[in-house]
Amino acid sequence: MNAFRNTGANGLAGIAVLAAVVVALALVPLLAEKFYVQFFAKILIMGIFAMSLDLLLGYTGLVSFGHAAFYGVAGYALALVTPQYQAANFWTSLPLAIAVSGLVALAIGFFVVRMHGIYFIMVTLAFAQMLFFLFYDTKLAGGNDGIYIDVRPVAKIGDWQPFNLDNFAHVYYLVLVLFVAVYVLLRVVLASPFGRVLAGIKANEHRMQSLGYATFRYKLACFVLAGATAGVAGYLAAVQFGVVNPEMMGWHLSGAVMMMVILGGMGTLTGPILGAAVWMLLELWFQGLTKHWHLLMGGFIVLTSLLLPKGLIGLFGDLLHRLAKRNG
Amino acid sequence: MAEPVLRTEALTRHFGGLAAVHAVSLEVGMGQLHAVIGPNGAGKSTLTNLLSGDLPPSSGRVLLRGEDITGLPAHRISQRGVGRSYQKTNIFLPFTVFENCRLAAQSRLPTSMRFLRPATAYREVNDAAGAALVAAGLEARAGVPAAALSHGEQRQLEIAMTLATRPSVLLLDEPLAGMGAEESARMVALLQRLREGHAILLIEHDMDAVFSLADTLTVMVNGTVLESGTPEQIRSSPAVQEAYLGTEEVVHE
Amino acid sequence: MDFNTFLIQLLNGVQYGLLLFLVSSGLTLVFGIMGIINVAHGSFYMIGAYLAWSLAGVLGSFWLALPVAIVLSVLIGLALEWLVVRWLYHRDHLYQVLCTYGLILVFEELRSVLWGDDVRSLPIPELLNRSIPLTDTLSYPVYRLGISVVCLAVALGLYLVIQKTRLGMTIRAGASNRDMVQSLGINIQLVYRIVFAAGIALAAFAGMIAAPVSAVAPGMGNHVLIICFVVVVIGGLGSVKGALIASIMLGLVDTFGKVLTLQVGGLKLLPELSSMTVYVLMAVILLWRPEGLFGKKF
Repeated sequence: MNAFRNTGANGLAGIAVLAAVVVALALVPLLAEKFYVQFFAKILIMGIFAMSLDLLLGYTGLVSFGHAAFYGVAGYALALVTPQYQAANFWTSLPLAIAVSGLVALAIGFFVVRMHGIYFIMVTLAFAQMLFFLFYDTKLAGGNDGIYIDVRPVAKIGDWQPFNLDNFAHVYYLVLVLFVAVYVLLRVVLASPFGRVLAGIKANEHRMQSLGYATFRYKLACFVLAGATAGVAGYLAAVQFGVVNPEMMGWHLSGAVMMMVILGGMGTLTGPILGAAVWMLLELWFQGLTKHWHLLMGGFIVLTSLLLPKGLIGLFGDLLHRLAKRNG
Repeated sequence: MAEPVLRTEALTRHFGGLAAVHAVSLEVGMGQLHAVIGPNGAGKSTLTNLLSGDLPPSSGRVLLRGEDITGLPAHRISQRGVGRSYQKTNIFLPFTVFENCRLAAQSRLPTSMRFLRPATAYREVNDAAGAALVAAGLEARAGVPAAALSHGEQRQLEIAMTLATRPSVLLLDEPLAGMGAEESARMVALLQRLREGHAILLIEHDMDAVFSLADTLTVMVNGTVLESGTPEQIRSSPAVQEAYLGTEEVVHE
Repeated sequence: MDFNTFLIQLLNGVQYGLLLFLVSSGLTLVFGIMGIINVAHGSFYMIGAYLAWSLAGVLGSFWLALPVAIVLSVLIGLALEWLVVRWLYHRDHLYQVLCTYGLILVFEELRSVLWGDDVRSLPIPELLNRSIPLTDTLSYPVYRLGISVVCLAVALGLYLVIQKTRLGMTIRAGASNRDMVQSLGINIQLVYRIVFAAGIALAAFAGMIAAPVSAVAPGMGNHVLIICFVVVVIGGLGSVKGALIASIMLGLVDTFGKVLTLQVGGLKLLPELSSMTVYVLMAVILLWRPEGLFGKKF
């Protein structure tokens, strides 16, 4: 409870809003048909993915352009651990996928976190592309066709099966539960001493070092945490879509998730969730307009990056500020 | 004097062909304030950077309580009890005054790899931050964002952050820079109080402050030590007067 | 490996490296002088290739198509700088990356609209479509040698312009102190526009001359961009000399890497892993020198 008080989420008011949102989201499968339920699930999965990047981008100032690598690796972990025509065990495959993406983040982070500025951006992209080509070019994991997950993971404990992932509503609720869990966990971590170190690194890394912090260690830990969290999203995506392919680590996805964070408002944790929703809706709309919807998407990205640096949350904040000034 | 807390031996730093600091040997004892003065470009800030670990030396040694700390990175040196304040204000502008000090004090926890408890729940950290703010005279401004402070207040915050890490050695780089008369007097009083329990190396241009505070003075010119001694020795040295003091205001006793 | 194979791979590696240099020099110049990272730089490699292909078809000659394509690329570069890039000068690198990433999507889709998604091929121009003998048993395609020669000529030209001309002096001054140059009455905006267009044109030109020996395909811009990133990271951002050395190194490592992994021990080792050698090289160099071989710390 203290975590919320101290993150400026206005204490009780913040928790109330969160609860209301969760209840509203929980009602979706009861009110909407399958297509929309799955679309909402997709948004929530992207929300988890975007929150994980915000940890790096918005809170620590680490601009990672290869974040999809960890998302994709987790999806592939599930696919590779699923025997053909059989189901994997949910209770072992989820932790495994998270561990895999965390370890890959540790391996890449070890090289990448020592870089700064534009070099950091470029090497994160380069390493992610390396992984992409590893999966795209080799027969390790289905090459550029990817792997089908014929049977979704089974969540049995003894004889009891709490949920059945062949049911799209169950998948939705699983996604929702993990979404809320990730949000709460990240809020707690950001309010902790570790989270404050990250904020200090973003504000003035040099001063943090002269105050006695071994900033490399903290940046690396953040990189691993963000990677593991992205792994949660990747695992859920694999469950949701039943297929994994190299595009899940591709730079178009890395670029998309970066856009979601910026569009929503980086460094706010809620902004990226909003950004994910808006992005998915825009994508759906543009795809309906023309075959060449990438043109519209690209144009949107150019305009947003030039005109909306603080994202939608920043825009709302500025508008509210101006309204308050006029009335105040 | 007992074994000095901080000591350098022939400390040298080259940049390309230029020696910014050349063969500087000095020492600071506990409870002592050692001031380093000299014209601009004399290498004073570089010297401070060498002592704080912001810059590795080209040759020579730095010893802290007899232990060789030459070439250690800044965070390691800070953890050994050396606190550094900067000439160009180096604070966390987006945070409040209190949070600036709290984060500084948090560095003294055995580790900040703590993920579950809120940062503000660590009472010893909060107390250390509060004490530093009181010492620096900023307790009334605790909730103000650092970016909204006046220049003088930001310099005070700069010192407060350094104090919040509870160092035994203080490296202060022009703490009075840009301060008005009243703020300067307050800072000088603070520095007087700090002598007990600390070893202080002070870089300053304000000659009144320097002569009233210093136990030892070192004059640097062009990267080397011109002369070193008590304030009286320095004041009456013809070489120093010619090189430096002659062009400054004459100090009145 | 016998001597002939070694020689061929050596020449291939150098040629690939020099082509990479042409593209990366543009990227590193634009960043070093203007402080702008343009991730759409690779798209111009692609645009150059497609322009050459379609103009060669329309004009009937590769040699006619080249200058026209170069002029068009420069014009596109100038227009792009004026429309979009000049708003990026003082922005955080994050926004430069995002904005130019958006441009990649736009260019890719425009390419799809104008030229379709099929893989095209451009025949080697008649004049150079022959081989010259290097040893008793080996001959090597003249066109490939031509590519290397042209790239070296461009490298030399770049060096002369930057080091020996007034424009070059202005550019170098603008790189270290933009405001000073402006207050001296020099139109730094114009200088930047020229530098940007030149950088783009270098990438496009590389795409044009590479087209006859590699496929003119949709993904070619993105692929070359990533390798260019590796080049400038290894060589050091802003350093043309570093880009040259790193490009040649990468070209050789990549070429020999592919050949050697195929030949090792008779086992059919995953040959596809050969494309990873450049990343391994990057990782090793980064451990040793995080700012690249000749870079400044940013």
